Amino acid sequence: MSKTEVDPATGEQTTGHEWNGIKELDNPVPRGVLIFVVVTHVFAILWWFLMPAFPLGWTYTRGLLGIDQRATVEQAISANQAERASWTSAIETSSFDQIQADESLMAVVKDTGPQLFGDNCGACHGFDASGRSNYPDLTDGDWLWGDGSAEAVAETMRVGINTSHPESRFAQMPAFGRDGMLASADVRTVARYVYSLSHPEFSTEENLESIAQGESLFAENCSGCHGAAALGDAETGTPNLTDAYWLYGGELDQIIESVHGGRAGHMPTWDERLTPVERKVLALYVHSLGGTTP
Amino acid sequence: MPEFFHRKIERTAIGFVVAIIAAASVGGIVEIAPLFTIDETVENVADMRLYTPLELAGRNVYIQEGCYACHSQMIRTLADEVDRYGPFSLAVESQYDHPMLWGSKRTGPDLARIGGKYSDVWHAAHLNNPRDVVPQSNMPAYSWLARTPLEVDNLGHHLAAQRAVGVPYTDEMIANAARDALGQATPDSDAAFSILDRYGEETQVSAFDGVATSVTQLDALIAYLQVLGQMTDAAYLDTAASELPPDAEDRDVTQAEEERN
Repeated sequence: MSKTEVDPATGEQTTGHEWNGIKELDNPVPRGVLIFVVVTHVFAILWWFLMPAFPLGWTYTRGLLGIDQRATVEQAISANQAERASWTSAIETSSFDQIQADESLMAVVKDTGPQLFGDNCGACHGFDASGRSNYPDLTDGDWLWGDGSAEAVAETMRVGINTSHPESRFAQMPAFGRDGMLASADVRTVARYVYSLSHPEFSTEENLESIAQGESLFAENCSGCHGAAALGDAETGTPNLTDAYWLYGGELDQIIESVHGGRAGHMPTWDERLTPVERKVLALYVHSLGGTTP
Repeated sequence: MPEFFHRKIERTAIGFVVAIIAAASVGGIVEIAPLFTIDETVENVADMRLYTPLELAGRNVYIQEGCYACHSQMIRTLADEVDRYGPFSLAVESQYDHPMLWGSKRTGPDLARIGGKYSDVWHAAHLNNPRDVVPQSNMPAYSWLARTPLEVDNLGHHLAAQRAVGVPYTDEMIANAARDALGQATPDSDAAFSILDRYGEETQVSAFDGVATSVTQLDALIAYLQVLGQMTDAAYLDTAASELPPDAEDRDVTQAEEERN
């Protein structure tokens, strides 16, 4: 049954098999495909010798070109650094004031800052830096730590807030209600006083008595950190309670919640993750977003 | 002659099967087998830490929820990845990952160095509903994690299973796995102090999800996310990438390099 014959239409041999009257031509591989196969094989063999390829038990062939992917990326990183060196070295060696006075360097800040901010800061502070509850708005003029200067912002970025960094900024509001330092009625009373500081319309005739009680509770429990006039202290990260800026909300319920459960926000340290130049650029960018005074 | 060989082999079923197996195993032999025999595949570093039971449980939650389907844990040797994420990943950083979670798809960002980048509070809010902190995020909400208590009683078995595949957990670690898991999420408890003895001073003890009175799957997942990229300083040494090791202030880098060699 297996008998090769020549197909009359093409002049090619058949395989000799017959399946229900169907026969199969025994063509050679098309020339184009054959050339492709030969070329790729030759390329593969060359590549074996040029690049790291074959395992040899405990080691492997390194290849004649001596290419190492890790060395390659190190070179690329160094090349990028060299390319940026024109402005990174200027930013590194200049003071914040000098950079702010230099238009070309501030152009770099405006160009690079948003990228760094998006990669590192936007997830918490919002990509427009306007913040949200628990994450400060960086576009307003109100600063919890420091005077809002670029130096102060850079320092906050370097050490973080409530981090494991040895120089970390620390600020913690105790949980007066939860930890039993104030009875829950007193928590509400002191919160009413605090609320009245930023909401003068709250000091109505009927509220005056409880606000006065709250004031004396405030003097005993809160003034140590927030100050007698509740103006806070940017050296210790204590918020001003008399203004319109509230990190955890300024409604009466929200103030009660803060007094009851305490607050201890956490800002990561960027000392390890970002270079001093990157932090400087970011600080200048953040500084450029907001005013310096409330 | 090759034509003759092919004709011959395709006419014997067993011979053809053997030929197929031989051809198909070339890739495996060339790419997988050497990983077990070539010593330099996995770098030798002295400061490689182990996952604590809570972190290991968090890793299991990460697998359970399929996080690896959208997040890789592999910073490739490409300059722009190093620029964005930090030093490229080393094999040793996955040394105790069984199975590894490198992933191959990035719907979300790479997580190999996410540890320490955001606060615990942020992770808790973000996992509860990503839109609350990143309005344009398309990540699903995992709000049930905060309500699902973590099963800790079986963690000893998980540690023992990891030891069976080469992770050097001690008998003491396995015996105390449940206690250590609870302690790591309960700051100021006795158990929280003993975990530092067993797993090192750098272990992060925290009420990860903000609730110190219960240990949930959210605690475990945040504990795990916060150590990604923090298990060794090796990736930060000998690199042109400018980042410093995670604890550069209190650690002499040259000394670390000596330990390495």
